[in-house]
Amino acid sequence: MQLHRFHGGLKLPDHKAESTAQPLLTMGVPKYLYVPLSQHIGAPTEPLVQPGDHVFKGQRISQAKDYICAHVHAPTSGRIKDIIDHPIPHPSCLSAPCIVIECDAHDQWGDSRMPAWPDWRERDARSLRERVRAAGIVGMGGAAFPTAAKLNPRAGKRIHTLVVNGAECEPYISCDDILMRSYPEAILEGARIVAHILGAERVLFAVEDNKPEALRALTEARRAEEADFIRLVSIPSIYPAGGERQLIQVLTGREVPSAGLPADLGIVCQNTGTLKAIRDAVLHGQPLISRIVTVTGPGIREPRNVEALIGTTFADLVAAAGGYAPGVDRLVMGGPMMGFAISDDTVPVIKGTNCLLATRPQDTTAPGPVMPCIRCGECTRVCPANLLPQQLYWFAKGKDFDSVQDYGLFDCIECGCCAHVCPSNIPLVQYYRFAKQEIWGREKERQKADLARERFEFRQLRQEREEREKTERLARKKAALAKKDTDQDTKTAIDGAIERARAKKSAQSNEEASPTDRERADG
Amino acid sequence: MRQVLYALVPGTLAMTWFFGWGVLVNVSLAILFSVLFEALMVAARRRPVMATLGDSSAILAGWLFALAIPPLAPVWVLLIGTAFAIVVAKHLYGGLGYNPFNPAMVGYVVVLVSFPRELSLWPSPEGLTNASLSFLQTLQTTLTGRLPDGMEWDAITRASPLDMMRESIVSGQTVTEVTLSPLFGSFSQTEWEWAGNLFLLGGLWLLYRRVITWHIPVSMLLTLATVAGVFWVIDPDYFASPAFHVFSGAAIIGAFFIATDPVSAATTPTGRILFGAGIGLLTYVIRTWGGYPDAVAFAVLLMNMVAPTLDHYTRPRIFGHSPDRHG
Repeated sequence: MQLHRFHGGLKLPDHKAESTAQPLLTMGVPKYLYVPLSQHIGAPTEPLVQPGDHVFKGQRISQAKDYICAHVHAPTSGRIKDIIDHPIPHPSCLSAPCIVIECDAHDQWGDSRMPAWPDWRERDARSLRERVRAAGIVGMGGAAFPTAAKLNPRAGKRIHTLVVNGAECEPYISCDDILMRSYPEAILEGARIVAHILGAERVLFAVEDNKPEALRALTEARRAEEADFIRLVSIPSIYPAGGERQLIQVLTGREVPSAGLPADLGIVCQNTGTLKAIRDAVLHGQPLISRIVTVTGPGIREPRNVEALIGTTFADLVAAAGGYAPGVDRLVMGGPMMGFAISDDTVPVIKGTNCLLATRPQDTTAPGPVMPCIRCGECTRVCPANLLPQQLYWFAKGKDFDSVQDYGLFDCIECGCCAHVCPSNIPLVQYYRFAKQEIWGREKERQKADLARERFEFRQLRQEREEREKTERLARKKAALAKKDTDQDTKTAIDGAIERARAKKSAQSNEEASPTDRERADG
Repeated sequence: MRQVLYALVPGTLAMTWFFGWGVLVNVSLAILFSVLFEALMVAARRRPVMATLGDSSAILAGWLFALAIPPLAPVWVLLIGTAFAIVVAKHLYGGLGYNPFNPAMVGYVVVLVSFPRELSLWPSPEGLTNASLSFLQTLQTTLTGRLPDGMEWDAITRASPLDMMRESIVSGQTVTEVTLSPLFGSFSQTEWEWAGNLFLLGGLWLLYRRVITWHIPVSMLLTLATVAGVFWVIDPDYFASPAFHVFSGAAIIGAFFIATDPVSAATTPTGRILFGAGIGLLTYVIRTWGGYPDAVAFAVLLMNMVAPTLDHYTRPRIFGHSPDRHG
């Protein structure tokens, strides 16, 4: 298959062998699980349980209220201890509402398993999507976008290709590698199900060439007759080949439009972990309640991959990997390029947690003092979005938010290549995140201001209308009054005339009767 | 930036070999002055002095300035030039990263237009050999501005190749007659050729080390050679050969060390090609029809002016955007 190149990128030491040396370990049930209400991109969920309730494994404990949202299920059976604010894996290091489950060690499903659908080929896309949604599945490559929504492209977009992302380009992370080695059949079945939902004619399954074992396992698991339908593609290991847009470019040579989605090219991209979760949901009726996490880095005694229940704390993960090596000072969720530091190890595993990286001070080459940008252009050379990072930095630093957008700030995928090569050690991505936040903040302010202005204008309009109506009403009243007056006048006039006529008449008769009366009446 | 300094060493040693201790004296004094001015300005601007000096940019500016001026120039030329380079061209515009003009070239142009006599006295290798000016005598000459007793400027200086070509053509000689002079090597005066070769070596090493990109040096030298080639083909008696232009004056050191200053150059790949081409073209135009024998400094400063505009109109197409998008 003809492969293509994306602009820039980096060849990085992959550090994957450390964690793939050990086989996959399935962790037991810990004592407590901290299950965040929001583990995905989109609206938070609404809890269905209260402290004291007993829950079964797989029971829905928090409900999605929105289309871009995903249900949350109990990873094991136990008692709801509390719903509290607890640290979550988020760059802000903030706490968020979590359901705390005191596990009962029975790990009982009760009747919370959904019906198994071994006959999924007979089912239509709609009911399969509904199953994916009911299982609370989100993108497991890290972005955690609700999968049911991704499997439902806008009307009129015909999907011909499913791209399976097994690239896993970021150093240290090996959870997809281990997954592909351990469950190649399940992943391929997931790919068949998703292709069925989308009506896709082919599946392009991309694996970076630094994972030959995974590729071999998949090749063995693939049925001979579907070699044309599911194509396994070994791609060069260049960071960030696992970025959705970069991967599509490598495989097809086409660029996803800046403001568009892969669906605009007839492509949907899914991570291997997500496919396995979809397969488990369809074939076994299991919701997404566990995932594989790479626990690695020089700060871990026995780096390895563990299959852990959602809500397991990082401390429990580390314990399963032999504990900390002496001198650990930094925990990162995700990889060294795009991950973020977390404040402590009480943070739980969520659906998008792919890696926990622990480092010691001596492992991270100290980036050195930040020096001024000399516009050397190294960042331009490595930027996979073909941006000018030095110019973005210049405008972001000067808070020139119009120019920074004009130079493509929102095309930045925050892969960190620019900051990695910067000879002046400038934390470039932080400037871009800052600029994005500012622009979003301003947009919100603007919307708020617009709303306020609309309200104000509406109020003015209403006041004007009320004023007008009042005047009109007054005018009408006046008119009505005036009319009454005129009526009275007429009446008076008529009355007067009658009176006069009567008087005349009586005068005449009086005249006839007595002239003195007539004189009196005239006088 | 330190690697650029290393790359300057072979060419500088070659110049010292041919033009005497004065080159080393100039380089040392200019670096000293530059670093002093830098420290002064950084302190005045209340920035960390030692951290800023660590970036070596002041050393580089002083060094490049020193290579541009005659080896026996008096000390006050060095002082004024480096002051303009560091204080005015660099720090008054905000320091490293913010200067629109190449500091070393601003310093050089200021002294060039202000002190034309001092800036035209290039020693000749054979003159120096005859005079056998020692290191101390050289230092004394630089500091006092006077040659030791018994020596004459005329005896130890001669016109640089660009000067020579210019004067001879004005006085009616042909290019061939000039290049037949025993002073000439393959393309230009032997010592200039050798200095050029060694600066080229340093430049290639910088390319290999990816300290600089190919865009500016290649487009500058190619444009200079192409334009020179066209006129040379038209009238080889009146217009010097492309090789002469490339191996004379500051063309090579300019292409690899001066025009590649990233701060004041264009930053987009296409912008850099245009930037280099502009310098090559302007260098030829000024050398051939302008009032100064060499023109790299002027060409660089003129192109510095248009670098932001070049960057604005040569933005690469962003991933996922249609090709016609333009600011």
